[in-house]
Amino acid sequence: MAEEFNHELLCVLSGFGGQGLLFAGKVLANTGLIDGRHVSWMPSYGPEMRGGTANCSVSLSDDAIGSPFITRPTALIAMNQPSVEKFAASVQTGGTIVIDTTLAMDGAAGVELTDGVKVIAFKATEMAEEAGLKGLANIICLGRLWAETHFCTREVLDAALVKCVPAKKQHLLDPNRKALQMGIDLGE
Amino acid sequence: MADTQERVLMKGNEVLAEAAMRAGCRFFFGYPITPQTELAAYMAKKLPLIGGTFLQAESEIAAINMVYGAAAAGARVMTSSSSPGVSLKGEGVSYMAGADCPGVIVNVERGGPGLGGIQPSQSDYFQATRALGHGDFYMPVLAPSTVQEMADLIYLAFDLADEYRTPAMILADGMIGQMMEPVTLPPERDLSTLPAKPWATSGTHMERKHNVVNSLYLSPEKLEKTNFERFERYAEIKEKHQRQELMLCDDAEIVVVAFGAASRIARTAVRDARAKGIKCGLLRPITLWPYPEKAINQLLDNGAKQFLSVELNMGQMVDDVRLAVNGRADVSFYGRTGGVLPTPEEVLEQIEKIAQNMERGE
Amino acid sequence: MAAPKTPVTLPDYQVERIGSQIAEGETIKSARPHVLTDVVTNFCPGCTHGIVNRLVAEVIDELGIEGKTVGIAPVGCSVMMYDFFNCDMIEAAHGRAPAVATGVKRVHPENVVFAYQGDGDLASIGTAETVHAATRGEKITVIFINNAIYGMTGGQMAPTSLPNQVTQTSPYGRDVSKVGYPVRISELLATLDGVAYVERVTCDSRAHIIQAKKAIKKAFQNQIDGVGYSLVEVVATCPTNWGMTPQNAFQWLRENMLPYYPLGVYKDVVADGFANAAEAALERAKDCPIAQQGKEA
Repeated sequence: MAEEFNHELLCVLSGFGGQGLLFAGKVLANTGLIDGRHVSWMPSYGPEMRGGTANCSVSLSDDAIGSPFITRPTALIAMNQPSVEKFAASVQTGGTIVIDTTLAMDGAAGVELTDGVKVIAFKATEMAEEAGLKGLANIICLGRLWAETHFCTREVLDAALVKCVPAKKQHLLDPNRKALQMGIDLGE
Repeated sequence: MADTQERVLMKGNEVLAEAAMRAGCRFFFGYPITPQTELAAYMAKKLPLIGGTFLQAESEIAAINMVYGAAAAGARVMTSSSSPGVSLKGEGVSYMAGADCPGVIVNVERGGPGLGGIQPSQSDYFQATRALGHGDFYMPVLAPSTVQEMADLIYLAFDLADEYRTPAMILADGMIGQMMEPVTLPPERDLSTLPAKPWATSGTHMERKHNVVNSLYLSPEKLEKTNFERFERYAEIKEKHQRQELMLCDDAEIVVVAFGAASRIARTAVRDARAKGIKCGLLRPITLWPYPEKAINQLLDNGAKQFLSVELNMGQMVDDVRLAVNGRADVSFYGRTGGVLPTPEEVLEQIEKIAQNMERGE
Repeated sequence: MAAPKTPVTLPDYQVERIGSQIAEGETIKSARPHVLTDVVTNFCPGCTHGIVNRLVAEVIDELGIEGKTVGIAPVGCSVMMYDFFNCDMIEAAHGRAPAVATGVKRVHPENVVFAYQGDGDLASIGTAETVHAATRGEKITVIFINNAIYGMTGGQMAPTSLPNQVTQTSPYGRDVSKVGYPVRISELLATLDGVAYVERVTCDSRAHIIQAKKAIKKAFQNQIDGVGYSLVEVVATCPTNWGMTPQNAFQWLRENMLPYYPLGVYKDVVADGFANAAEAALERAKDCPIAQQGKEA
């Protein structure tokens, strides 16, 4: 499966504002930057950013990227129920959906999925809090997605994370790394 | 600031700001509006650090008139807004054109008319290419389709503005403005090579006759003469600065014409059409004024038979395609409006329809 | 009027400039300021714009700032001012002179930048630009001509037209119950923290003209000294559109304009003991902690 995704990852990351999905998307986008691939990161913007569902679309590709708005994702990270309802059905055959069931308690139940889509559901927010990694469920989910799809090497994934943690918030790098590894471990 | 050669991941709006500063822009006057606000915020943060001035004006009207004043005083200066705000700038842009003042205006378009929406749109094509304000004038209009082009084209816009003493516009949209892509930023512009501005109003210092920056000519003959002179410059711009990208056009019978955000969608559709064996190519205008008429004529000479204009509006650029084609081929249009984006599949469907009609000899 | 017995004292360069034109035995009553070009203005006979243009020019001469002065002409009767002045000039769109002046001043803080505007330009279509340039404390000088009418377009109601004043667009008199009251700009701007100096003057008599010149000079000097935004409102006449002789127009001004627009200083931070508008603003907001941040720095 990893091979299949290698030339193109079209990932939607979606949840409530404040869950860190735009940040997780930036980490994902930076893996493409480091790898010298074509990359686009497209956020939702405007009033919906404030209170409603926040999402971003990240495309990694070996070819020039057409529309940065992803209509047929190959991967989805959904951290609340509205996100599952909005995007799960659009995921392509062979695609992967990671759902944080702490808030999206129903998982993908009630959504008509395309055949051959793999759903990975677990309580990421709860896990993060139990592990003392409050607010890093986004990175756990990203780690889990990587374990499933290997959109880059493990080294590049780490380098991207390092790149995205701002200089002023270096104390957050270790917790982020732990969260990433925790997500990866879930898949192995 | 990021290094020159390094590839960085940045938002389109921020790249416009960063590249403008590298082009030597030290003055920014603007007013908040979605989806261009990141540009102003970036300027507010960075300009003071390099000795520049960021000023949030009380309105778009005030902002463009501050641009006019700063341009008259000889500075590299810009403003940015989104569709409804750009309408307000029309007045100042016309005065700048009439007084031959260089400056850069950015429009990160959203849907209209009226307050419209905030999603990406190209519905200000007419407004931009017919030059935005009252009176007999045009201005160069550059349409980026990638974040990299945001950098490259605003850099170019400042040079065109100074070289031809004209306002110049970047016509982008919410998609290119909001998205992040890798970009290699341009180097700091060597300002010593800029054209001199002996006409600028910065004080006579009692060493020269006084300069007047003005667009008022009560004598019709004088006004006509200045307009004639300005249109000579326009003719030169038309001759030298038509820009476009051609993709898969060598043997194309069907040419999809699209710029900015729409061209990204069209690119995917054209590739898909080729995969289905349709002789289809993409013409992506980079300059919307001057319109790339020469490229269209070349395509016609090469055997293009059908032109399909794909836009995020109800059909505006298609008029310029028709003018350039001048009856030598069929011209059709497909677009979505209000901030709705067509999918590549929708565009492909249009291409296939045209291909089928051609086969049937219609 | 009898000719003055002694020549007016002139700056050297003026004597140099006009000296050759003086025949022996003649005395100079009045010389054209250097910064005024040698052209015939477009102002109507009896118009007070000519007086105020001249006062501005004399002040520029006396302060020796012609070489670094940039003037902004408005839309209105003084639209052609860029032809009348020898300093660099910019013609602005209607009402936008303060924004244009802001642009120039931000690029060249060392320049002296002035805007010259009428009541329609400054107090109607350009109110936002006026209020905001003032509240930003732009270090510019604004000369505001208030003659209670739109002159150039032929006598329409202005934002400053008096209650019951008959104009082309208030043919039954300005009905304040329908179109509201005149804008009193000096009073309005005096409330703004960015403003250093506002004075209302007039030009109906020699004494008032001398006072007007003092005010204009102060407004320019404030800019040179970095004191802050300064505006001089000149209550003026429009004999043509008021439909009066110049002398009757002055009489009407004294009877109707001055009671509505009282002359005087409305704000002067220097006279109040402050170095500039910023200091005065800090003092006014002394009970607001956030406004005091950075005070010591």
